[in-house]
Amino acid sequence: MSIKVYDIAHCRTGDKGRTVNISVIAFDEAKFHYLKQHLTSEKVAKDFSPIAEGPVSRYELPKLHAFNFVVENMRGGGVTVSLSQDIHGKSLSYLMMGIVLPEN
Amino acid sequence: MKRSKGKNKIRIGGGAGFSGDRVDSAVELAAKSELDYIVLECLAERTVALGNMIKIREPGKGYSETLSARIRTLLPVCLPKGVRIISNMGSANPLAAGKRTYEIARELGFPEMQVAVVLGDDVLDIIKNKPELILLESGKTLESILPRIISANAYMGADAIVPALETGQAVVLTGRVADPSLFLAPMIHEFNWSYNDYKLLAQGTLAGHLLECAGQLTGGYFADPGKKNVPGLARLGFPYADVTKDGKVTLGKTPETGGKLDVMTCKEQLLYEIHDPSRYITPDCVLDVTDVNFKQEAKDSVHAFGARALARTDSYKVSVGYMDGYMGEGQISYGGPNAVARARLAGEIVIERLKIRKFDYLEIHKDFIGMDSLHGKTSTLSEPYEVRLRLAAKCRDKMAANAVGEEVEALLTNGPAGGGGFFRQTKELVAIQSVLLPRYLIKQTIHTIGK
Repeated sequence: MSIKVYDIAHCRTGDKGRTVNISVIAFDEAKFHYLKQHLTSEKVAKDFSPIAEGPVSRYELPKLHAFNFVVENMRGGGVTVSLSQDIHGKSLSYLMMGIVLPEN
Repeated sequence: MKRSKGKNKIRIGGGAGFSGDRVDSAVELAAKSELDYIVLECLAERTVALGNMIKIREPGKGYSETLSARIRTLLPVCLPKGVRIISNMGSANPLAAGKRTYEIARELGFPEMQVAVVLGDDVLDIIKNKPELILLESGKTLESILPRIISANAYMGADAIVPALETGQAVVLTGRVADPSLFLAPMIHEFNWSYNDYKLLAQGTLAGHLLECAGQLTGGYFADPGKKNVPGLARLGFPYADVTKDGKVTLGKTPETGGKLDVMTCKEQLLYEIHDPSRYITPDCVLDVTDVNFKQEAKDSVHAFGARALARTDSYKVSVGYMDGYMGEGQISYGGPNAVARARLAGEIVIERLKIRKFDYLEIHKDFIGMDSLHGKTSTLSEPYEVRLRLAAKCRDKMAANAVGEEVEALLTNGPAGGGGFFRQTKELVAIQSVLLPRYLIKQTIHTIGK
């Protein structure tokens, strides 16, 4: 059995050039701790590798039961010069929410 | 129509989150929400650079293209109520924006209204003499792009806007300003906050950050049917903040509108376009949102608290716009049996034909829309019924850029079977990088139009 980030959290993407940030906000404290254990920056870097070189940094906001992931070096060069269809990376929150994690 | 200072609480509305934002929602916000101020944030990263290109051709233009529509609809609502308008719609030409706004006010029958314009963000002449500056993104010197630079604008802070508010004019227009500063300025103006009072600057900047994308706080960019439902999204209402003199921030939403304002929408917007949550650098302070939290006070009413800040840095971030060649693009769709294979063959043919024609490209990007255009090649998906080939290429030469669209169009009669729905475009690319400039090099001034 496995679960998706989508099942236990909500996310939003923001962009700044070649770097994007994606928040992951757990629905409750227990899910926050689960994500803290399994949704590591290494795991996110691996699942984002088709579109970003990385590195990926993870910041924790325990009061909000949230994380902020910062993904650097998007392939194609970011909003101002990217040839991608979604130059702002606005859809990337759903790549994050599609990540599959093992069940505890 | 001028308001007096010295209040203990003000209400500031977020009336636009980007240049294409909905004007109707802003009008509804101003009409129904008992605002003191409405802020219209209308500058994306490249907007000022594009505006500067227009200004070079037409010296009376270069301000936000939606200025006239916004001002024309908002003035008749805001002026009788005493709601003051603060906006960065001045873009690359704040003086021309002020003049246009003043003309519209006269046309609408407000001959008394004047416009305060904030100048000083345009630092093109200063940085042209500083080729040694380091570009934050590439790490190279400014000299590497110097001949191609078209604009350089510093992100000014609230202290640039406050003197314009002191003039008492109903409308204040700026060029490039940090988004939260547009909101912080009226708080500093009304409450006489000190630049050393970081607790207050933190709460004010937090409120500005939450409001700066307007509808994104109240259910826009949020809905996911069945999982995160937003009632009445078609009639999305824009947000406002009640801010007290001692820094209490309570968020609200235009009454009798759709959308929703709750802890979930606030959390998502808090982390929007933030990197290290303990170091969100604005020209006014270095904001730390690590311990920020939200409490639902009532339906569509949320208390935001816990922001901290450190002193502002000694430099301004300057956004440098420069020409970066061209992008040529073409798209065509295939459907039904073996659609994906036909789309793949089409892509290969176009690339081969461009090679035969000896065009040079810095980069060629191939997407199969419906399969991999947003998130790259993800795991094992079954083939879709229909797929759209998209080819985009970057180059220095406009002819080469045009050729991409030409060759995709030519697939109609010279490509695989059943290709339809073709589209092509060629765009001049304007890229942005940043440099830091010491504060003392930048002087801000206020001009009043109509005096």
